[in-house]
Amino acid sequence: MREAIRFGRNGTVREVRDVHPRTTLLDWLRLGERRTGTKEGCAEGDCGACTVALGRLVDGRVVYEPVNSCILLLGQCDGADVVAVEDIAADGALHPVQEAMVTHHGSQCGFCTPGIVMSLFTLYEEGERPVGRDAVNDALAGNLCRCTGYRPIVDAALDACATAKDRRFEAHREAAACALGEIAADGADLFMRDEGRFFAAPASEESLAALLARHPDATILAGATDVGLWITKSLMEIEKIVWLGRVASLRETRSTPETLTLGAMVSHADAHAALAAIDPDLGELMRRFGSIQVRASGTVGGNIANGSPIGDLPPALIALGAKLHLAGAKGTRTLPLEDFFLGYRQQDREPGEYVRAVEIDKLRRHDAFRCFKVTKRLDEDISAVMGAFRLHLEGRRIARARIAFGGMAATPKRAPLAEAALVGLDLDDELAWAPALDALAQDYRPMSDHRASAEYRAVVARNLLFKALAEIAGDAGLRIAPRPAGLAAE
Amino acid sequence: MNIRHDPDDASPDGGEPLRHVRKPLPHDSARRHVQGAADYIDDVREPQGTLQVAIGMSPKARGTIRGLDLAAVRAHPGVVRVLTAADIPGANDVSPAMGDDPMFATDRVSFHGQALFAVLAETRDAARRAAAKAVVEIAEERPSVTVEDALAREEAVLPDYGFGRGEVEPALVGAPHRLEGSLRIGGQEHFYLEGQAALATPGEEGDVHVLSSTQHPTEVQHVIARVLGLPDAFVTCEVRRMGGGFGGKESQATQWAAIAALGAHLTKRPCKVRLDRDDDFALTGKRHDFRCDWRVGFDGEGAIAGFAVTHNARCGYSADLSQGVVDRTMFHTDNSYYFPAVRIDTRRLLTNTVSNTAFRGFGGPQGMLMIEHVMDRIAWATGRDPLDVRYANLYRPGRDVTPYGQTVEETDTLRAIVETLERTSGYRTRRAAIAAFNGRSKTLKKGISLTPVKFGISFTLMHLNQAGALVHVYQDGSVHLNHGGTEMGQGLYQKIAQVVAEEFGIAIERVRITATSTGKVPNTAPTAASSGTDLNGMAARIAAGKIKARMAARAAARFGVAAEEVTFRDDRVFAGNESLPFGELAKDCVLHRVHLSEAGFYKTPTISWDRAAAKGRPFLYFAFGAACSEVLVDTLTGEYKVTRVDILHDVGRSINPAIDIGQIEGGFVQGMGWLTTEELVYDAETGRLRTHAPSTYKIPVASDVPEDFRVALFPNANREETIYRSKAVGEPPIMLANSVFCALADAVHALDPGKPVPLDAPATPEAVLRACQALRGRPLPERAIG
Repeated sequence: MREAIRFGRNGTVREVRDVHPRTTLLDWLRLGERRTGTKEGCAEGDCGACTVALGRLVDGRVVYEPVNSCILLLGQCDGADVVAVEDIAADGALHPVQEAMVTHHGSQCGFCTPGIVMSLFTLYEEGERPVGRDAVNDALAGNLCRCTGYRPIVDAALDACATAKDRRFEAHREAAACALGEIAADGADLFMRDEGRFFAAPASEESLAALLARHPDATILAGATDVGLWITKSLMEIEKIVWLGRVASLRETRSTPETLTLGAMVSHADAHAALAAIDPDLGELMRRFGSIQVRASGTVGGNIANGSPIGDLPPALIALGAKLHLAGAKGTRTLPLEDFFLGYRQQDREPGEYVRAVEIDKLRRHDAFRCFKVTKRLDEDISAVMGAFRLHLEGRRIARARIAFGGMAATPKRAPLAEAALVGLDLDDELAWAPALDALAQDYRPMSDHRASAEYRAVVARNLLFKALAEIAGDAGLRIAPRPAGLAAE
Repeated sequence: MNIRHDPDDASPDGGEPLRHVRKPLPHDSARRHVQGAADYIDDVREPQGTLQVAIGMSPKARGTIRGLDLAAVRAHPGVVRVLTAADIPGANDVSPAMGDDPMFATDRVSFHGQALFAVLAETRDAARRAAAKAVVEIAEERPSVTVEDALAREEAVLPDYGFGRGEVEPALVGAPHRLEGSLRIGGQEHFYLEGQAALATPGEEGDVHVLSSTQHPTEVQHVIARVLGLPDAFVTCEVRRMGGGFGGKESQATQWAAIAALGAHLTKRPCKVRLDRDDDFALTGKRHDFRCDWRVGFDGEGAIAGFAVTHNARCGYSADLSQGVVDRTMFHTDNSYYFPAVRIDTRRLLTNTVSNTAFRGFGGPQGMLMIEHVMDRIAWATGRDPLDVRYANLYRPGRDVTPYGQTVEETDTLRAIVETLERTSGYRTRRAAIAAFNGRSKTLKKGISLTPVKFGISFTLMHLNQAGALVHVYQDGSVHLNHGGTEMGQGLYQKIAQVVAEEFGIAIERVRITATSTGKVPNTAPTAASSGTDLNGMAARIAAGKIKARMAARAAARFGVAAEEVTFRDDRVFAGNESLPFGELAKDCVLHRVHLSEAGFYKTPTISWDRAAAKGRPFLYFAFGAACSEVLVDTLTGEYKVTRVDILHDVGRSINPAIDIGQIEGGFVQGMGWLTTEELVYDAETGRLRTHAPSTYKIPVASDVPEDFRVALFPNANREETIYRSKAVGEPPIMLANSVFCALADAVHALDPGKPVPLDAPATPEAVLRACQALRGRPLPERAIG
């Protein structure tokens, strides 16, 4: 067992053993290291001013992703290399993205700039070339700028990424690989501080189960994209933290022709490609999930276990048909995903029990799938309404239907009456769809809140089902942005 | 444009082309920004023993305070002291003018989140946790949250005010067509990326030095002196840069600086306030939201005969800057259009919400959006193209007097901009293509709109139109530049450095930009009203010019030529056949006891405004622009995309075109956010702001900006003698975004042409879908939250 958090900083291994388990990476950088280039804009992972690059070893090479350091706990950096905005200019020579930001007038007040630079830094260092405008917009979706209107920033990114990649950072990357290799080699459970107040990161499911049996009151931490806010905003007195990030078995992805199984700690970024392969709408859903920073930290298991009434992924997975695998002191169990959500922020999870994996039923021949996420702002926003639809067709006739919505009830929820009403309908007989569309009003009693009113949600839900049916029937002129090309099973 | 022969492009000494002015130099701090090396207040290394401050906030929006038990707050580990109103040695008043903003509420609470006390602790974490432990007892009353609540209670922060011209009722009655309506316009959170922050350090005998993220260091100084009961001279306020301001740090940075100063005063330890983002949303004011009730009479061409409007402005709980803000709404109710007879009334309503304040445009945007909406309503009623209705009303010679009596002298500029943009944007062709698309497409609809901007430049509070600068030349020839303007990202510091480098004929690197300080330039106006460059650029030029004249006299004496024959360029000074480096002349001046420091002062000429008589010339000049926006709307969900934007904007002769284009693009996108996704939702029962952080309040991101975004500067020298014939650029571009709102309405209108589109701002997807459902004859019930 190890008592210090160990992570890479500029080619060396840093060891930290005396911080509060709640300490965020941002506070450690600013207050601990006195490196103040990284800014706090919102302390909730939504503005990106605190963005740093976090590198993890993947097959011997360190691969960097942007993360929001304001809601990332320092302990989550264990085994990773931390690169902040001060670390990328070498001997007074700016990194190419920094140079381009100056040349293109990409900063005005400058407060968001360090975060933007770090998002562009990871795009530059890790992005597939050529880098197009969509990739730049995606890289910037988690970085708010209030001054420039983004045009010069996007131009800076396109310009910097248009030329051959500068190799300067490779020396850092290699040094980091050595440092991280050393940390990874220990394979030990991490347990910092004492039984009353700790940050723990077991290295195996056995250790995890034992630890949770000893501390069923501990907060289980996955990506911290929500738990981080419990700390920074709700000021919850969280003293015991069990982070799942060192359990390799929870990071596995398994794919068969029929199913896709995602370990609980698979990040949204890592799940993106596998989900997009099931249906392009799922790929677009993942692209719009939070921001690139949130997708790098946030996990599939965390998104489910956290039980948000909106949680963008669960409605889509419920519509597809997914099973949830849990483990705890009483052993393992499996249940349909929709049965996990009991009520508002209430889930079928015992103290000490944890989500192991979600097993998703892939689309088969003659299946059609659609999902739509409706938000105030297209990118980096939480759904007002999220609708997902899986139909099994026999010719032009609907043989089976699964529908799930988010934002329409206290939990992600299926629409049994509308599902039943769809069975037997003819895709070419639009007038006959009305009973199924009307049934949604019985399936859901949505609420009004700051995202949308109940009546808006009800109309949109109905129209999304209509849109799904019309598209599957063959109408291609219903979307602002065309449905992405993909290998749909229909 | 022939740059060499334009007299505006001649160097200060004449003849030579400009070396620095008109150059697209980067922001003065650009290289520091990108390396994280530009320090904001929270980045400055704290003096030893600095205490961290958290604000204790009211859990109710309106009521009487029955009890405030702070024992648990004081007992929290790490807490050093708790500040309440009882600790204030001077006045419990942080208001800019009216005396109605207490630093800490005492008997009554007036909005949800209002400051009740402050905690000083060894760490920020301890201060925040301790603040949450207060036991507050309030006898709660139902708060006024909406315009309607305030109207029902007849509660206002300032008296009603109105002005007009001609007989409006006969004009309305006599017009061939009449319409009336009501437009709701939402507010806007500034969302400066750097939240409110201040660091106060105590000195001797009550002296206090405060670093404040403020647009108005002089007011911070005054308010601290008032709160502490000290003369102004005991207080120095300094600001090197803000991480954005947008008006939100004009009057509302003072409270946090004053709390830090009070803490420093009482504990003799430095104190720092840095508001958490959610607290910043709850504690600081926003753009005013409005309900505009209007009536218009017009002819078959859409030309207005009479227009009357009552602007019901929701000011929040106190006056703050609402007098100037709502007055500016009145000054911009005409936008670019002539009203033969007009009446503009305003109500400045009190609600139990945070006090609304300055926000880029300062009331102007609301007036202008309202009249653009009226133009669309006339177009829908007459069946004419909305652009043709706008042309029918556009100011032109003979029809060029504003409702407040100032003549629009540049009607030719206004018309040229609109006509040029109509051509370069391909408006007519695209209008036809859109009509064809909308005919084919059942649920997706496109819309387009071209709207003009005319924005008055000058503070309407006359005494604010002054500025000072302080320039030193040191004996090595380096220059210390200081002025009353503050840098919030708008590039003011660099523009003024360009002016000073030009004046001395030296490399810009020799001009050292220094932090704005009340100790160097006193009695300054806020950096606001787009006036920063106009005012401070002139003051700095005057200061530099006076030093230069003395240096020239010394060079003339030394080389035996007339002073007029001495010229400054390329870091050298030329006198007859002789020349020497600028630094050597500076050294020579010191040896010959020539004074190399100067305070420059400038006040705007020819402006006047008599508010009681509603007469005068409040604006030195107008800045003009126009934008054409196209959108695509999904009428099943209300979602939309802005697909193309063309902008043509008048900045006079630009001092720095890169910075000016940055202001235009940034202002447009900020305005677009105001009118689209940025929605402030207050709980109707409790008055609590429900959209209190970026997770719930959505400002534009990169993908909201159209790839096809064409911005051009209109070549046009300012007719007034402004600094290098430039025009102010900070605020006017906000209102270019009115074209986005009108384009969305245009797209919805395609569902049932001829019907009015009941679209309010912001045009969120829900608002757009509501408008669609209304045109479909299936309106949704009114939205209620909470």
